[in-house]
Amino acid sequence: MPDIVVKTEDVVKEYRMGSNVLRALDGINIEIERGEYISLMGPSGSGKSTLFNMIGALDRPTEGEVYIDGQNMSHLSQRQIAAFRCHRVGYIFQSYNLLNVRTAHGNVTLPMIFAGIPEKERNEKAEKLLDMVRLGDRMYHLPDELSGGQRQRVAIARALANDPSIVLADEPTANLDTITGREIIDLIKKLNTAQGVTVISATHDLKMLDVSDRIVDIRDGLVERIRNRDEIEIEVGEVGGHE
Amino acid sequence: MQQQTPIEEQIDLPFVESLRISFQSLKIRFGRSIITTAGITLGIAFLVSVWTNNEIELALQESGRSSAITNLDEAAEQGISTKDIWLIIMSLIVCVVGIANSMLMAVTERFREIGTMKCLGALDGFVVRLFLLESGFQGFAGALIGALIGLLGAVVLGLKNYGLDLFFYFPLLPAQHENGAFQLGVLLIILFGCILGMILAIIGSSFPAWRAAKLPPAEAMRTEV
Repeated sequence: MPDIVVKTEDVVKEYRMGSNVLRALDGINIEIERGEYISLMGPSGSGKSTLFNMIGALDRPTEGEVYIDGQNMSHLSQRQIAAFRCHRVGYIFQSYNLLNVRTAHGNVTLPMIFAGIPEKERNEKAEKLLDMVRLGDRMYHLPDELSGGQRQRVAIARALANDPSIVLADEPTANLDTITGREIIDLIKKLNTAQGVTVISATHDLKMLDVSDRIVDIRDGLVERIRNRDEIEIEVGEVGGHE
Repeated sequence: MQQQTPIEEQIDLPFVESLRISFQSLKIRFGRSIITTAGITLGIAFLVSVWTNNEIELALQESGRSSAITNLDEAAEQGISTKDIWLIIMSLIVCVVGIANSMLMAVTERFREIGTMKCLGALDGFVVRLFLLESGFQGFAGALIGALIGLLGAVVLGLKNYGLDLFFYFPLLPAQHENGAFQLGVLLIILFGCILGMILAIIGSSFPAWRAAKLPPAEAMRTEV
C-alpha cells in the first residue's frame, strides 16, 4: 500500500471579484506519495499556483478537503497550521520571497527561530545549509546584494531549515536564466533523491519534466491528465535540446 | 493513509527574540525608518509649537507683559481664545492624519514580508508584536524629537516677541492663575506630545499589521503596492 503524503478531495477554490466569481479550482483529486517528485504543469491561469497554495496551507479551499500526513488541514487550529508551515513544509517561490531586511544567514535562521531552536544550533545549521547551496562566502550579504540564482539558493536553504518532509516550489525557475534554472532544478532533485524529501512543484518549465516522477497537467482548474516519467522521457529530451 | 503523525502546536517566542528582530529591521531599513519617523516628528513638532506658544502668551498676559493683547482685562477673562483653541485642534488633526498616513504606508509596503513570515511559521500574534515594537519605538523617538523641535520654535518666537522676559515667566509647570485661568505647562505638553505620537504610531501600524496577519499568507503575498 503506497504511503500517501498529500491527498486532495474535490478541492474547489473560488475568488470573488466584485460580483464575478472566478472558479480557479473546480474539484481537484490527487494523491501524492512520500518521496515523489511531482510537477504541476499548466498554462498561467490554469489554477496550478492556487492548488499549490492549498497543498501548502497558504490559503483555504472554498470546498473540499486537503489531507497531509493523514491530517485534515481544515481541522487544524491556527497554532497547528503555523507549526505545520514551520516544520513540515519548505516553500520556494518564483520571486524568492526573502526578507530584504535580513542577510542570507538571517533568512535561513528565521524558520529555526520560529521553531524555538537555540541560537548556537541554528547558526551552525544555517552555515551548513548555505555551504550546501554553495553560498558559504556570501552568508552575510543582504538579498539585494545577491543575484537571482543566489537568492533562490538562499530560499532553498531556508526551505530546508527545519528538515521538512515536503518541499513546495512555485515556479522556482521562472525568473532565472536557463543555466541557473538548471542548477536550481538539480539542487531540488538532489534533495529529493538524497534525503527522500517529497517535492511538489508548480511549473511550466519543461526542464522540470526531466526530473519529475509524475506530471500532473492542470487545465481550467481540473486535472487534465497524470503522466508517469517514462511516458514523457523522449518528448522532454527533444524539447530540452532546443532551449 | 499509513502515517498519522499528529501536528504539534506552534510555540510562542520569547520577547527578547521579537525585540531583536524588530530592532534589526529598523536598523537595516534605516533610511525608510527615518522617513516614517520624520512624519511623526513633524506632526508632533507642529502641535507642541502651537500649544507651547499659546501657553507662553497666556503666561505673559498674566504677568501683564503681553504685547499682543491690548485689553488686558478681557484677555485675562478669556484665558485661551477661540482662535487659539481652533489652532490647537487643527494642529492635532494634522498630526493625527500625518502619523496615521505614514504608518499605514510603511506597513502596507510590507504585506509581502508578513505573508512570508507566516509561511515560515510565524503566529499572527508574533507578526503584530513585531510591528507594535517597531512602531512604538519609532513613535516615541519621533515624537520626542518633534516635541523638542516644537519647543525650540515656540521659544524662538517668544524671545522675538517678549525678549528675555520670556524666561522669567516661562510656563514650565502647571499653574492655576488668580483669575481662574489654568495652564497646563510646557512639561506636560511635551509629555502629552510624546505619548500621543507613540500611541498614534502604534495604532497606525498595528491595525494594518493585524489585518495583514489575519489574511492567509497567499493573499498577503499577492498584495503589491
